[in-house]
Amino acid sequence: MAMAAGDIEAMIRAALPDAQVTITDLAGDGDHYAAHVVSPAFAGLSRVAQHKAVYAALGGRMGGVLHALQLTTAAPK
Amino acid sequence: MSTEQRIDEIVKGNDVVLFMKGTPLFPQCGFSSRAVAILERLGVEYASVDVLQDMEIRQGIKGYSDWPTIPQLYVKGEFVGGSDIMMEMFEAGELAELMEEAQVKPA
Repeated sequence: MAMAAGDIEAMIRAALPDAQVTITDLAGDGDHYAAHVVSPAFAGLSRVAQHKAVYAALGGRMGGVLHALQLTTAAPK
Repeated sequence: MSTEQRIDEIVKGNDVVLFMKGTPLFPQCGFSSRAVAILERLGVEYASVDVLQDMEIRQGIKGYSDWPTIPQLYVKGEFVGGSDIMMEMFEAGELAELMEEAQVKPA
């Protein structure tokens, strides 16, 4: 069971409307993605807190239908 | 003993512990493999727990840290992150700093 890149991006944007989201399909198989999320909401948050915010946006799919999502996060410079 | 107590004992009983799929010699997942490679490069002594051998820990560790995926790294009882955070911190030199501050033994 996999997710489309567009669905991942839409879910992140729904929770973090001002985020810049870049999704890369790593293996071209619609199952292994890298996501880079940049949001002003991340300012002052630890990396763990930033990643948790994205996982929350994905509503429990992380570790479930979304097994392989490499995630990097940042606040805008 | 509850699963949470068992996890708590492992986390607090080891300076550095990695919850992973498989073992350092035979990782069963690319993310776990990456986490092991980072710890090997840092050259620190660490314990590992193969969650595939223990379904209670496999589920329990996710609630323990409120983190949905495995691997998970703990240093001195504190949750540090998964393999993506480990890689970011390693590349920034922050993971080596953290190990130094925590006075972790070399391997």
